[in-house]
Amino acid sequence: MGDVETFRKGEIALRDLSKSFQIGGRSLRVLRNLNLDIRSGECLAIVGASGSGKTTLLRILAGLEAADAGKVVIDDQPVRGVGNERAVIFQEPRLLPWQTVLENVAFGLEVRGGHARHANERARHYLSLVGLADFADAYPKQLSGGMAQRVGIARALTVQPEILLLDEPFGALDAMTKLTMQEELERIWRDENVTMVLVTHDLEEAVYLADRVLVLPKNRDGNPKIIEIDLARPRDRSEAGFVQYRKDLLREFGLH
Amino acid sequence: MSLQDVDRSILANGGSDGVKAEEYLQRAGARLRHWLSRYGLLAAFLVFWQAASSGGWINSAVFPPIDAILSSMWRGVFGGALLDDIAISLQRSGLAFVAAVLVAIPLGLFMGQVRPIEQALDPILQLFRQTSALALYPVFILLLGLGEASKVFVIFWATLFPLLLNTISGVKEVDSKLIEMARVYGASRPTVFRRVVLPGAIPSIFVGLRLSATTALLLLIASEMIGANKGVGFQVMNAQYNFQIPLMFAAIFILAGLGLIANYALVFAQRRLCRWSDVSI
Ligand SMILES: Nc1ncnc2c1ncn2[C@@H]1O[C@H](COP(=O)(O)OP(=O)(O)OP(=O)(O)O)[C@@H](O)[C@H]1O
Ligand SMILES: [Mg+2]
Repeated sequence: MGDVETFRKGEIALRDLSKSFQIGGRSLRVLRNLNLDIRSGECLAIVGASGSGKTTLLRILAGLEAADAGKVVIDDQPVRGVGNERAVIFQEPRLLPWQTVLENVAFGLEVRGGHARHANERARHYLSLVGLADFADAYPKQLSGGMAQRVGIARALTVQPEILLLDEPFGALDAMTKLTMQEELERIWRDENVTMVLVTHDLEEAVYLADRVLVLPKNRDGNPKIIEIDLARPRDRSEAGFVQYRKDLLREFGLH
Repeated sequence: MSLQDVDRSILANGGSDGVKAEEYLQRAGARLRHWLSRYGLLAAFLVFWQAASSGGWINSAVFPPIDAILSSMWRGVFGGALLDDIAISLQRSGLAFVAAVLVAIPLGLFMGQVRPIEQALDPILQLFRQTSALALYPVFILLLGLGEASKVFVIFWATLFPLLLNTISGVKEVDSKLIEMARVYGASRPTVFRRVVLPGAIPSIFVGLRLSATTALLLLIASEMIGANKGVGFQVMNAQYNFQIPLMFAAIFILAGLGLIANYALVFAQRRLCRWSDVSI
């Protein structure tokens, strides 16, 4: 166990990563020679204009998409396809409508070969961690959007990944629920000791959660930029430093 | 016994328990209203038929009163004459339906997942589907003779396509995002099939099953009207020929009943299998 802990720590290295898509006979370059080291246990936010390649980058990290050139190295192992040390949380909860909430949460672990009983036990644990212990036997249809998203998060946590990849996880939620979920996510991130890569449109979310923010360039020839968020946690959204970081990020997009 | 009687008898037995009785009465009333809103018109239609026929408003030689039809059905079923017909009809449509299920569902599940095969077979499937099975019946008779084989085959043929096409589209319409989610957790192809594709396709498969059951009955009757000497469909024609109009209607009612039973059985099975979604009849 100790060995595994020290060897696999959820460290990600991107080396000269490039990716293009063919659209209507033309080649669209989305990522160009991207180099980045994501530290073990950190929370990295990725922001950028729509179409700047945030989702593409995350899907490459997840192993759902292959890069044209360059590589992703996780814990000194080059990535080929999906892997057990990673879990993905999508913008939609992606729950199986024909399974109960508990079965959905246990799904990932079961698929990975966990015993049903063990998977259920752990699923129950994470379900109560996201505050939905009472809904174990409900069907996804009976949940609100925020609750469903929480079930998706519990499912990802149940496989106890070293790396959690999130693509606008709260993008579809109302403002109030979103704030609550951001706080919950921070607590989970601290308790579970997991490396987190969070794609978001929401600059405030990035400042609230991230240790560092990767700003993808609006203009495809520009260079990505890293902004370190040096604020104590839990962060106060109204505090001067917080507001300043938010302003700095806005300015990156030519906004005020 | 009217509802008032029920009320009084409960009050008499329950004594002080008037609240309970009232609750019971309310529930009985609600159930009655529900029943009336659902079956009221049907009941009214049957009552009207009975009155119109026995009152002579309509030609009772063509529309015999309901009680005459029911007594003819009673004699037919319990006297055994219609029983044989029902048995042979059930055998024909049942065999064909089971065969269609055994062929269409596995084939559809396979075709829905393998895009090139589906694309190659789709035009010919559409052609077969659009060609009325009844139009092909003479061909089947030429090939298989006028006996049981051609009858079962024409029903099988007609029931195969709705089920096959619905199974294929059920598989194809399974949310690809769910499949991707399963892949992220490392699910193998068989696991994705078992846990995502198959359950996702089941509602559509049931749509196909219900369509096929209806089609099976339709083709059963048609095939029994051509060159048969047994079967409920044959009895409809035969009774009309012999001017046994109540018997003719009895056979028609039995066919309608078989259709209803088949549909309810499938809805029931669907409810059991798909508790997670709302099933409407
Ligand atoms: N499968 C694909 N095939 C072709 N082009 C694609 C594909 N996926 C993404 N693209 C293109 O790559 C570019 C980046 O897309 P991506 O989804 O990564 O953007 P994004 O930053 O996540 O945008 P958003 O903020 O709107 O989610 C877009 O211009 C898109 O058209
Ligand atoms: Mg995106």
